[in-house]
Amino acid sequence: MLIAAALSVFLALAVLGVLAGDEMWRHRVIYACCALACAALLIGGLKHLGQTPGTGPAIILPIGLPWMAAHFRLDNLSALFMVIVNLGTLAASVYGIGYCSHLPEPRRVTPFFPLFLFGMNAVLIADDAFMFLVSWEFMSLASWLLVLADHKNPENRSAAMVYLMMAAFGTFCLLTCFGLLAGPDGAYSFPAMRGSLLTPVTGFLVVLLAVLGAGSKAGLVPLHAWLPLAHPAAPSHVSALMSGVMTKVALYGLIRILFDLHGHVSWGWGAALMVIGGITAVLGVLYAILQDDLKKLLAYSTVENIGVAVIGLGLALAFKDSGEKALAALALVAGLYHMINHSIFKTLLFLSAGAVITSTGERDLGKLGGLLKRMPWTGAATLVGAAAISALPPLNGFVSEWLIFQALFKGPSLPHWAMKFGVPVVGAMLALAAALAASCFVRAFGIAFLGRPRSKAAAQAERVPLTMRWTMTVLAVLCIILGAIPVTVTDALSGVVQPLTGVHFAVSADLGWPWLSPVSSTRGSYSGTVLVMTGLTLFVISILLVHRFGTTKVRRADAWDCGHREDIPESQYTGQSFSQPLRRVFCSSLFAARETVEMPEPGDLAPARLTVRVVDPIWRYLYLGIVRVVDVVADQVNRMQFLTVRRYLLMMFATLVFMLLVVAVRQQQ
Amino acid sequence: MSAILGQIGQIFLVVALAPLITGWVRLVKSRLQGRIGASPLQPYRDIYRLLQKEAVVAHSASWVFRTAPYVTFAAVWLAAAVIPTFTTNLFLAPAADLIALVALLGVARFWTALAGMDVGTAFGGLGASREMMIASLAEPAMLMVSFSLSLISGTTSPAQIIAFILGGGVGIEVSMGLSLAALIMVAIAENGRIPIDNPATHLELTMVHEAMVLEYSGRHLALMEGAGMVRLTLFMALIGGIFAPWGIAVPGANAVGVVVGLAAFLAKCFVLATGLAVFETMIAKMRVFRYAAFLGGALLLGLLATVFLYVSEAV
Repeated sequence: MLIAAALSVFLALAVLGVLAGDEMWRHRVIYACCALACAALLIGGLKHLGQTPGTGPAIILPIGLPWMAAHFRLDNLSALFMVIVNLGTLAASVYGIGYCSHLPEPRRVTPFFPLFLFGMNAVLIADDAFMFLVSWEFMSLASWLLVLADHKNPENRSAAMVYLMMAAFGTFCLLTCFGLLAGPDGAYSFPAMRGSLLTPVTGFLVVLLAVLGAGSKAGLVPLHAWLPLAHPAAPSHVSALMSGVMTKVALYGLIRILFDLHGHVSWGWGAALMVIGGITAVLGVLYAILQDDLKKLLAYSTVENIGVAVIGLGLALAFKDSGEKALAALALVAGLYHMINHSIFKTLLFLSAGAVITSTGERDLGKLGGLLKRMPWTGAATLVGAAAISALPPLNGFVSEWLIFQALFKGPSLPHWAMKFGVPVVGAMLALAAALAASCFVRAFGIAFLGRPRSKAAAQAERVPLTMRWTMTVLAVLCIILGAIPVTVTDALSGVVQPLTGVHFAVSADLGWPWLSPVSSTRGSYSGTVLVMTGLTLFVISILLVHRFGTTKVRRADAWDCGHREDIPESQYTGQSFSQPLRRVFCSSLFAARETVEMPEPGDLAPARLTVRVVDPIWRYLYLGIVRVVDVVADQVNRMQFLTVRRYLLMMFATLVFMLLVVAVRQQQ
Repeated sequence: MSAILGQIGQIFLVVALAPLITGWVRLVKSRLQGRIGASPLQPYRDIYRLLQKEAVVAHSASWVFRTAPYVTFAAVWLAAAVIPTFTTNLFLAPAADLIALVALLGVARFWTALAGMDVGTAFGGLGASREMMIASLAEPAMLMVSFSLSLISGTTSPAQIIAFILGGGVGIEVSMGLSLAALIMVAIAENGRIPIDNPATHLELTMVHEAMVLEYSGRHLALMEGAGMVRLTLFMALIGGIFAPWGIAVPGANAVGVVVGLAAFLAKCFVLATGLAVFETMIAKMRVFRYAAFLGGALLLGLLATVFLYVSEAV
């Protein structure tokens, strides 16, 4: 009931949003109402997770096409994602209360924001393919309109165009996928699909289409191309939702199809997903390191984190097919844990990027610097988010990566040689991605928030409104809590994975509550709780020891810098110079990164220039290749526009004969 | 001896011993270079002297600069507390395994790099950028070593690995040899030793770690230096414990066992420290962009160690 009410509130708010006009308080009220509805959904999801494992009652509503009723149902998986989604949307709505007045055109954002929230939540509770796809399109189109909010910028328009095409492609794949799952009888409700038996070929196609459809929304390489264009183009609180939350809805679709509707996915698909995940993780973070635009950097880092979560899903599929149910549960819990974590810290980081843009008007790292002193709350929250996304203990990002590593390290116990050799390679990729993510966020935080301001705008940055600061602080605290009590989270997740893997995920019982030991007590264990407590104790002891044996005197002076006294902020490292070693090591062959130096002639006072050229291989060879093929085909087809009536009639006749032949041949069989 | 007592002993042992090990490395190096060298106790005096001096903090520094030394030191100390030195009976042993250990060292590095960038000088950024590049290769290499060790022993926890090896679970294996080589290479990189970084250099273009802590003075510098010393001890305990676990006290050991464990740990440290000094004297520092070859080699050795395990299993 609560959920239905909240969803109708979203629709009503969308209508009110159109009527809001230019009065800012109306926009604020709409965001506040959104926040209330999100809180209701969050509570609904949490309540369902707290109940005994099982599915809620099916609700059938007579809406939609005349001969099709709409089915809704809340089960544990939906409830979990409802929690993930509404944590993010709640944060973004509260943030929006303060943020909406800083937008250039709030009227272009407020009506679509509740629609977007409606779409994402409706996908989660849909219990038939029709409602799922309709809600999915709601989500895609509402977010597309939000990407277009700042439509005067030509870059945003082309980003929206690419996004629309990729969204159409994704929905097309999912539509076909559900068509195959439904079979010739058109059993479009999810319970009917679960029972259907698939031939090996259909089963293969279903998985392929699900991976293409949901993967393109989630941003799996090479289908990620739209994501770093579209996510940053939207207003920051919407970017946070698209990156932090909508990608999770996409992964929900993937899990729903691969673990629930499709009865039996072969281990080969698990291995393939694992490798795709590994490649996505490494490429995503390498792209992120090369970015100077704060929001683009965050969008690419989303690609990385989706890759990490997909490694967990792939492993879970491979373990499940090989009968290792306990390990499948471990890998799935790891993947889900990472999705929760990513939704929190990515939302936090995008919101902080929004705060930076609000107070400085800049999103280019090269123009920022020294913001920690001007915006202490935002800075501290961002630091927590950056540490969490870099997988540093005791924060939440580390726990999920640790669990994925534990699952990976058990991978060689599978009988297939492809897995035995694939797992170490994917392990190396995951380790590389984690280490590079730390570099990426040291760079992003260090350049934007530390050092000296690189522009006047950064030097005069103002604090942002209270609602924005609160939201970020709460999210940062959540990063700490989810890292400090990992066992509580995995216990909550075990109820979700039980119906999907057929086994209850349990941490080893002989160590007890704060010790996370997923395989056995001797296999390797971790305790965020104990680490936090011991770490804090040692931190305090070192402060006490230093102050006991040393002085507490501090003198403020100019920076020493090996004796170079200067006042030029440009002499600091920039984003480009920071990433130069990494660019040389990792990107010279992968992205054909080249540096050219133009030195002026002796005596010429012109500045020397260093030009860096980076080629995105996927965009250049895959996407532009497709564009070229489409152009050529379109040229050919274009000729058919100028035929005589006679020829058109001939073509219709030929088509008719062909169709009849097909029918005849099929009936023969 | 109970696990808690062992743990407390371990926590204070690593901090108390760390300057001595660094002093010993410096002494052996000076002797090899034909100098008399300072007493191995000199690092204790240095740290005490630094603690007495006032800390100079740049005008442009934020609270990150002043917090980083404490966080760095505490993170490295915590990491050192979970690696068995003289006993495997540690209360904290189940709290962090090898993966968590890598990540704890990552915490220290994260804060040190941020501190380097905080003042807003060119050198700080230079050090942070290079350090993160080194780490982005050294961390995966270390995780690959953990992977092959976990395949051999069935666990990622250092105390359990040591127990497994002490129990005679492993013969002489190619994979162990490859892991050892990879781990030593990682240890060299993580500790900023020659040929990756030179702890004694203050030459502008070759600094990595020193460039990040250039602005530190007084007690802050003491903590940063102390963290480096504890990190060196930690890697010696890790290498000595896993690849030469003999003598370490096991759960249920009596007082004699603990004394033997302490003596064995001291002996391992001094052998490794002497080896490090000899190695550093023999070779020259590398160019910055050759690091990738060195550390990429470590990563591949780690991968090879896993592959060789399958091969030896199949044979």
